[in-house]
Amino acid sequence: MRDTVTPNNIPYAIARYSAEELKDALKKMYLIRKFEEGAEDSYMRGLIHGTMHLSIGQEASAVGSCMSLSDEDKITSTHRGHGHCVAKGADLSRMFAEFFGKESGYCKGRGGSMHIADPSKGNLGANGIVGGGLPIAVGAALSAKRLGTGAVTVCFFGDGANNEGAFHEALNMASVWKLPVVFVCENNKYGMSTSTERSTSVKNIADRAVAYAMPGVTVDGNDFSAVTEAVDAAVERARNGEGPSLVENVTYRWRGHSKSDRNRYRTKEEIADWQSRDPIAAMAKLLTDHKIATEDEVAGIEADATRIIEEAIAFATEGANPKIEEVTRDVYTEETAS
Amino acid sequence: MNMHSKTDLRELSYAEAIREAMDIAMARDERVILMGEDIGVYGGAFGVTGELVEKYGTDRVMDTPISELGGAGVAVGAAMTGLRPIFEFQFSDFATLGMEQIVNQAAKIRYMLGGAVSVPVVMRFPSGSGTGAAAQHSQSLEAWTAHVPGLKVVQPATPADAKGLLLAALEDPDPVMIYEHKILYKMKGHVPEGYYTTPIGKAAVMREGKDLTIIATSIMVHKALDAAQTLAAEGIDAEVIDLRTIRPMDRDTVLTSVRKTGRLVCVYEAVKTLGVGAEVSAMVAESDAFDYLDAPIIRLGGAECPIPYNPELEKAVVPQVPDILEAARNLAKGRV
Ligand SMILES: Cc1ncc(C[n+]2csc(CCOP(=O)(O)OP(=O)(O)O)c2C)c(N)n1
Ligand SMILES: [Mg+2]
Repeated sequence: MRDTVTPNNIPYAIARYSAEELKDALKKMYLIRKFEEGAEDSYMRGLIHGTMHLSIGQEASAVGSCMSLSDEDKITSTHRGHGHCVAKGADLSRMFAEFFGKESGYCKGRGGSMHIADPSKGNLGANGIVGGGLPIAVGAALSAKRLGTGAVTVCFFGDGANNEGAFHEALNMASVWKLPVVFVCENNKYGMSTSTERSTSVKNIADRAVAYAMPGVTVDGNDFSAVTEAVDAAVERARNGEGPSLVENVTYRWRGHSKSDRNRYRTKEEIADWQSRDPIAAMAKLLTDHKIATEDEVAGIEADATRIIEEAIAFATEGANPKIEEVTRDVYTEETAS
Repeated sequence: MNMHSKTDLRELSYAEAIREAMDIAMARDERVILMGEDIGVYGGAFGVTGELVEKYGTDRVMDTPISELGGAGVAVGAAMTGLRPIFEFQFSDFATLGMEQIVNQAAKIRYMLGGAVSVPVVMRFPSGSGTGAAAQHSQSLEAWTAHVPGLKVVQPATPADAKGLLLAALEDPDPVMIYEHKILYKMKGHVPEGYYTTPIGKAAVMREGKDLTIIATSIMVHKALDAAQTLAAEGIDAEVIDLRTIRPMDRDTVLTSVRKTGRLVCVYEAVKTLGVGAEVSAMVAESDAFDYLDAPIIRLGGAECPIPYNPELEKAVVPQVPDILEAARNLAKGRV
């Protein structure tokens, strides 16, 4: 893994970003955590149906990977996408409303947790299909190149997705056409119950980069500064027309894969060990250690996030359900007779 | 939902019945292996494989990487060369990633090679809506594979048929696609003990009636039976047929029933147009049974849209018991 400290011993993120930017990043990490805790609680209380995939424990990867992106830059996300969505600047109320299946939600209640998207902020969407976002990200990068927008696409995917054909085809095309895309693998060690040891022929997912002639780097995905350092470099490379890169953020999901997971494929000790490496606590410590924020400010940021989530839940609860008569709206741009 | 079975008969859930079939098959035939995502220690996304990995080990209950195209293809290759793989797509929606191997390879190899090779592969597709999993996890795509000569396609509606059709599929020398409905997995019903097969290509008359025929598939069989009870109380005597196999379709059973009742409703969860209902209707229209029809045929199928997330919308886009009742009443009263 990369050294995350600059020569003068200041972590990369501290040197690169302003205090405001760093505090905003911490806030986003809290928002992700609290959004998902709220979602989980709503599920337990029977307020929502379906399933959900929580990224609690992976917040540094989501937020760190989006630090140097603007609203013009794109991301593609995954089934475990709430964090990416928040990191790319989504409105928490509309996210919660979607979760509750309301017309005021991001997908007007049609998509739910697994399909939240916010194209206005460059988020091309979560995805229910493992690996589904990879070629789409390459397409977005192709547009940026042809249209000369200067935009970069960050493509999030999991370790499990690296065994889909779509992964290999996407990386190859991105490389051959030298497209401005950064492939960010969130390696949380398992695709559902199957560990990378049992599913994947290489030790690090980043090793796959060699096959597609692009740089590949593995970093501690719970270390915000390490993530930003690696992804920022890849984004810059892409923006300069030098082509794609692969960054692997090693992290861990604290919760089960989805609501039906009995966690029989991993030990309590392993989960506890990773919980002791909380990316949010580490980020708060980074900011206090470097006098970016006081402990009181950190507490204030957390309280702010809590309040925003409470308001979001209230907004979602009050929202109207979609109308049944409108269920076939938006299948096509113009309504067609079937 | 409960099958109306006598209490002294052994009951299993639909998922348990499938597991029992796999267990029996694996115990009697070393060539049978299971492949799929998270079917080992996880027990399958819907718990269908359960504890089988503990009994047969990871060599015969194989967790594949998340590689549907490759996984399906490995199953095809293994089936061509001596093994009897049962391949589970975690959700039928993900079979779209494996379509190449299903449609271009499994379905055609025997024919293309002039009959020199068989592909005795069995694939299982957990399908359907009702779980709040939205557009990419709720589809009913059985008509896709049923459109391809070389494949056999079944849709068990009861625990007993889920077991019998799986064992029949394993005996079959050709590729058999089994579409299971996720909502049925927990449904209980009588399942005979031991080894038996349910014939592929044979529909089942679930309820005899004289006034109209309701042809249903999968979960809709139960909705049709519910509706038939209500209709009986109103003096409308509906015959309910579980199609069970959609390729090859049981022409005789369908046409015999329509000749008897002269009225036909066809109900299935998949999108209404260009699917099972079109085929059943055309089969009737192209035969002498057409002359027996006293009313136009009614198809009840899914709305022309993806499955939405909101629970009320989700319910609204697939046929429900009141929809069947309305169609049947209108037919019986000659209102269509
Ligand atoms: C094509 C496809 N296959 C299987 C699934 C079911 N599934 C959803 S998430 C998942 C695990 C994905 O693992 P990974 O890519 O590592 O992401 P993680 O869940 O760990 O974030 C699986 C098997 C799916 N949604 N799509
Ligand atoms: Mg993973």
